[in-house]
Amino acid sequence: MPESTNETVTFTLDGREVVAKKGEAIIAAAERAGTYIPRFCYHPRMEASGNCRMCLVEVEGPRGSTLMPSCFVAAGEGMNVCTNSDKVKKAQDGVLEFLLSNHPLDCPVCDKGGECPLQDQTLLHGPGETRFVEEKRHYEKPIALSELVLLDRERCIQCGRCTRFADEIAGEPLIDFAGRGDRVEVSTFPGEPFSSYYSGNTVQICPVGALTATPYRFAARPWDLDQVESTCTGCATGCRVAVQSSQGRVTRLLGVDTDTVNHGWLCDKGRFAFEGLNADGDDFELSDPRRRITSPMVRTNGELVAVSWSEAISRAASLLGETAPESVGAIGGASLTNEGAFAWTSLLKGVLGTDSVDAQLGDGLDPSLVLGLPRATINEAADACTLIVLSGDLREELPVLFLRLRAGAATKKASIIDLSNGSSCFDKVAAVRLPARPGDAPQVVAALTGDDEAMKVLARHPEGATFDADAIAKARHLVGSDGTGVVVVIGRSSLAEDAAFVEDAALALHQALPKATFLPALRRANVHGALDMGMSPGLAPGRVSMEDAASSLSALWTKKPTSTGRTTLEQLRAMDQGAQRVTVVLGADLGADVPDADLVQRALSSDAAIIAVAGNGSTTVAAAEVVLPAAISHERGGTTTNLEGRVSRLGQKVVAPGDAWEDWMMVTELAHELGTTLPFGSLDDVTNAIAVYAPSHHGLTTSLLASSQASDGVVVPLGTETLHERKAADPMAIPGLASADHIGLGAFTGSITSETPSESNQGASEVAFSQVRLPERRALNAVVPDGYALRLVSGRKLYDLGTAVSASPALAALAAPAVAKVNAYDLDRIGAHSGDRVRLRSQKGTMIIAVESDAHVARGTVAIDFNVGQAGETTNAVLALLDSSVAVVDVRMESLS
Amino acid sequence: MSLTDAPKIITARAQYDDSHTLERFLATGGNDGLKKALTMTPEAVQAEVDAASLLGRGGAGFPAGRKWAMLRKADVSYLVVNGDESEPATFKDHLLVERDAHQLVEGVTIASYALQVNQAFIFLRGEFALGLERVQEAINDAYKTGALGTNIFGSGFSLDIVVHPGAGAYICGEETALLEALEGKRGYPRIKPPFFPAAIGLYGEPTVVNNVETMSNLPWIVLNGGAAFAALGAGRSTGTRLFALSGHVRNPGVYELEMVKHTFRDLIFSPELGGGVPNGDVKAIIPGGVSAPWFYPEQLDIPLGQDEVAEQGSMLGSGSIVVMDTNTCMVRAAWRITKFFSRESCGQCTPCREGSGWLERVLWRLENGQGRMEDLDLLLDLCDNIAPGLGWPPQQTTICVLGPSIPSSIHSAISRFRDEFLAHITQGKCPHA
Ligand SMILES: Cc1cc2nc3c(=O)[nH]c(=O)nc-3n(C[C@H](O)[C@H](O)[C@H](O)COP(=O)(O)O)c2cc1C
Ligand code: SF4
Ligand code: SF4
Ligand code: SF4
Ligand code: FES
Repeated sequence: MPESTNETVTFTLDGREVVAKKGEAIIAAAERAGTYIPRFCYHPRMEASGNCRMCLVEVEGPRGSTLMPSCFVAAGEGMNVCTNSDKVKKAQDGVLEFLLSNHPLDCPVCDKGGECPLQDQTLLHGPGETRFVEEKRHYEKPIALSELVLLDRERCIQCGRCTRFADEIAGEPLIDFAGRGDRVEVSTFPGEPFSSYYSGNTVQICPVGALTATPYRFAARPWDLDQVESTCTGCATGCRVAVQSSQGRVTRLLGVDTDTVNHGWLCDKGRFAFEGLNADGDDFELSDPRRRITSPMVRTNGELVAVSWSEAISRAASLLGETAPESVGAIGGASLTNEGAFAWTSLLKGVLGTDSVDAQLGDGLDPSLVLGLPRATINEAADACTLIVLSGDLREELPVLFLRLRAGAATKKASIIDLSNGSSCFDKVAAVRLPARPGDAPQVVAALTGDDEAMKVLARHPEGATFDADAIAKARHLVGSDGTGVVVVIGRSSLAEDAAFVEDAALALHQALPKATFLPALRRANVHGALDMGMSPGLAPGRVSMEDAASSLSALWTKKPTSTGRTTLEQLRAMDQGAQRVTVVLGADLGADVPDADLVQRALSSDAAIIAVAGNGSTTVAAAEVVLPAAISHERGGTTTNLEGRVSRLGQKVVAPGDAWEDWMMVTELAHELGTTLPFGSLDDVTNAIAVYAPSHHGLTTSLLASSQASDGVVVPLGTETLHERKAADPMAIPGLASADHIGLGAFTGSITSETPSESNQGASEVAFSQVRLPERRALNAVVPDGYALRLVSGRKLYDLGTAVSASPALAALAAPAVAKVNAYDLDRIGAHSGDRVRLRSQKGTMIIAVESDAHVARGTVAIDFNVGQAGETTNAVLALLDSSVAVVDVRMESLS
Repeated sequence: MSLTDAPKIITARAQYDDSHTLERFLATGGNDGLKKALTMTPEAVQAEVDAASLLGRGGAGFPAGRKWAMLRKADVSYLVVNGDESEPATFKDHLLVERDAHQLVEGVTIASYALQVNQAFIFLRGEFALGLERVQEAINDAYKTGALGTNIFGSGFSLDIVVHPGAGAYICGEETALLEALEGKRGYPRIKPPFFPAAIGLYGEPTVVNNVETMSNLPWIVLNGGAAFAALGAGRSTGTRLFALSGHVRNPGVYELEMVKHTFRDLIFSPELGGGVPNGDVKAIIPGGVSAPWFYPEQLDIPLGQDEVAEQGSMLGSGSIVVMDTNTCMVRAAWRITKFFSRESCGQCTPCREGSGWLERVLWRLENGQGRMEDLDLLLDLCDNIAPGLGWPPQQTTICVLGPSIPSSIHSAISRFRDEFLAHITQGKCPHA
């Protein structure tokens, strides 16, 4: 896209005056003015390549009128453009005919048939008969570009959308054209498949059926598809999607283009995880994530047996009702909708009176920090002058957020200061790297914000500091004096390190750079919505502390917790020690997600009762007393909240299997069984209750959410951003979207009302994000490791052993085995080589694992990904070394070769 | 190689068997032009080149002096020498790089000094195995003798030259594709605007791209003055030019001739030049490379000058002249040229990529007696969809001019030799076969 400013130019388009933004391509300006110029290679989210030549128009210039590609040439002041002359028509028809000459026209067996721009253009303008009587070019069809993407070279029209996406948007130029003339073909490099987390986007934007993705191939015909717009809950980025189904099964997800979040892109995990919904759930063990939970179950004589809902509800209600509030707790909730989260909080905190509710699984951040820091939006972060990355690897954790942030740095608008230890997605684009070893983040931040002593402390590490004075000088220059234009991404870069270090570092940045804003990179689905709904000890719904909770809540809540409850780790310990008797586990897989295997094992095998609310199997489900089947992902409506605080709607596309219910329904039934009433007769009732009882969500009613101005979601509190109408979609930008006849959310009714914020909110961006107070800074001592130990770093991988990946056959095959990555220097010290097996020993336990050298891993550290199994295994390997009771994990490594 | 009595500017040294050696170079005035240039200001050198009216020898014939003046002022800028020469029947730079690489290096150094660039690249056709060796030797010699590197001949001016072999794609001769290839990318012509590498060139920096022959003229121009060069030839076509003569002539070869002073007929028929057509007579000639519209016997007396040829609706282009005698099958000739373009299209633009292949297949059918009457209109209409109006210079629907060059031979052949096409169709075979 050419740079657009607020300046405008006026030009003549087919005889009428049209105003364009300065630098705007003719094709885009014409489109806004209602003239649609045909196109193939142009994509509004990518640089124009101007090579298909379909968009030729006549432009009058000093040398007479010439044919110019309207996607590439910017509208200029006084320019005279003609899009409908005979010359233009002949050139465009010529291009179309050329494109068809070698095209196989196997539309009847092509997945694109029915939603194909080439087909559509041909029907509209094309010749009725072909003049091409020669032999068409032939290729073996199809060939695999990767495990997910197949290429039919006969159908390819060489538009270069896929290759440009890979290079320009994903920064992974793994596909390119090979050959010359009409034998040009899209190709991978020898021995390097197109293994990209974003490969599905190339399929989405391919204007013909040349690229297909294995999960959708031959799954449906476009005219049989039914679609609804929704939000991906694969992670907390919250990409807008169209969920398409055929015969009651989800068949495909397409990214919807929103200016605010995903620009139309999705990651492959978000795109293909739907496969898990369609799994034939009953074939697997209860502990297997591929198992769908389709019926309520109650443990009878030691076995979980299917029962009716009323039986299960009554059993769960008696467990909850007959236990003292301080002995009841709940773990999880990030996979819930906002409505589910609000309903559960109301039941747990407001009906039962326990405050031991925690949506995070010992792998998150202090919620008062998350909610207390000034928040940035994704757009603000993408447009920041300086971005400080103090989080895990965003490509692994929040893939499309990474695409948005990378764009700024790749075009050299933003400078990135990357504090990651180990390979990071920003390796190629970061302006400065200040790798922070576990425990070092506060010192690195101190050094960054002007404390020269901190540099000396860092240098005391046996292997020295990980960066030099030049790097710190450059970084200091980039952050400036008060943090204006600085956005900080905070998250957990390692689960082998106490969150306190990054939390303290974030607080220190906030103190030193008061104008800086923060984007909390908590990754799990709707974790931000769950925190907003009060699913953390000490919090009430609406980003307020329990003490500050509005008295109006008493209209809904019959009780209010009297003391601060337990976090997840504390609850697990209390279960082990007998202090917590009943635990509701909300969609969480404790065995896989909590970074302390021992503790989980002890809690699960204690005699504390577990009420598991779940859509998929897990070891937690298998250990439960009562199992309540829940509708998940595209089986439910409601709203979800992403990491910038944007509330957007979920569209229900399919019905949940068997007897699964939406959470608000089970909560309502449980409350009733417990002798109170939660006034939720419908999902809309819950949404509207949130708009009343949660201060941060005031005014966010179903009618506002249903308005066209809320199509891209709404950042709460209202007034944070100006609402706008979504611009009309270009049918060529996302071909499959335009072809399905209906897009939209059906669930809500209601019209735009006077409460709809509009232009009047302009400039009202000083709205406080929340009323939660920031925590105090604590003094932290990280111990310098002895010269023999390596400090463990354990970050996330996109393809891990989590439910979403494990339950989707296409994705599960892509998970790479766990290895230990160390700097070549440390490898040398222990006399091992890449590929050798080593024994690692922490205070907690030992493991034997393959080792690999990695130049990005700082000396003195060892990196093993979290929730990834060793080759052929499905257990989270690194758990053998982790211990949630220590601040950092030091390990000794010895070579076994 | 045959030579005439005309003044020799760039092939003077080539008459010696050891013309490629440093010894011969130094013994025959080597580096004199460079040494003189270094005593002048860069502006003064530019002024001489401007006065010489040296037209680019790579095909487009753009005045070198004017191109240099367009170089955007910047901290870093480059000179890139185009030695890709991959068009069929074009082989004049081949001679220069093999027989007088030192002259080329001297010319490049003079140009770099005039432009004040400190890094130059010579992009040579990869198949020029000997040429690559000789140019590298000449560069090594220049470094050794102080004619290249830091502080050249004590002048304070420094230059490095890197030789880059092409990988066998004709399109890399197009200057923007060449720059992409130099950057290590796929050789795709860049989309215009920007129209000139002088504004945005190699690695985004201002860059002058000139042909090998253009560069080779510089030592003489500096030594003898722009006016002396301009005194040769006539009108805008000054100095001498290399003509690569091939096809149905007795003495194919490279000839250096004063511009405009000779005609196509002289070149083809003079006993000391082409020596005439051995079998039959001239049926058609390609006056300036396979992109150029053809000439016929009645045009043989046109002088060998840029504007003189352009006025007749074709181009002198790269100076390669192909003679086709009366026994030539024009359908086959058009097919052969089209096949070349179809293989060498870079494949970016639909009209060029698909059009070239389609045209080639139709022509092949015709040549093999499987043509249909409607094929002639089809061919012309497809050509019109690549180069609307079929004029010369062509209008284009594509990114570079390779595409719009494809119709030239087809249009020429059908316009002039329609009967031959019809004979192929009615006889069901090639009448010449
Ligand atoms: C398809 C194509 C092939 C070309 N091949 C060559 C070539 O092999 N050598 C060359 O000098 N110029 C070639 N040119 C012309 C160059 O683009 C450019 O005009 C020339 O190198 C400029 O040098 P000059 O000004 O000294 O002539 C080619 C142009 C096109 C469109
Ligand atoms: S595969 Fe599709 S997107 Fe890629 S170049 Fe071919 S037609 Fe375009
Ligand atoms: S980045 Fe997150 S929200 Fe977006 S598609 Fe991927 S998993 Fe879904
Ligand atoms: S005209 Fe042909 S050679 Fe030139 S850029 Fe287009 S496809 Fe490539
Ligand atoms: S050239 Fe403009 S859309 Fe392809």
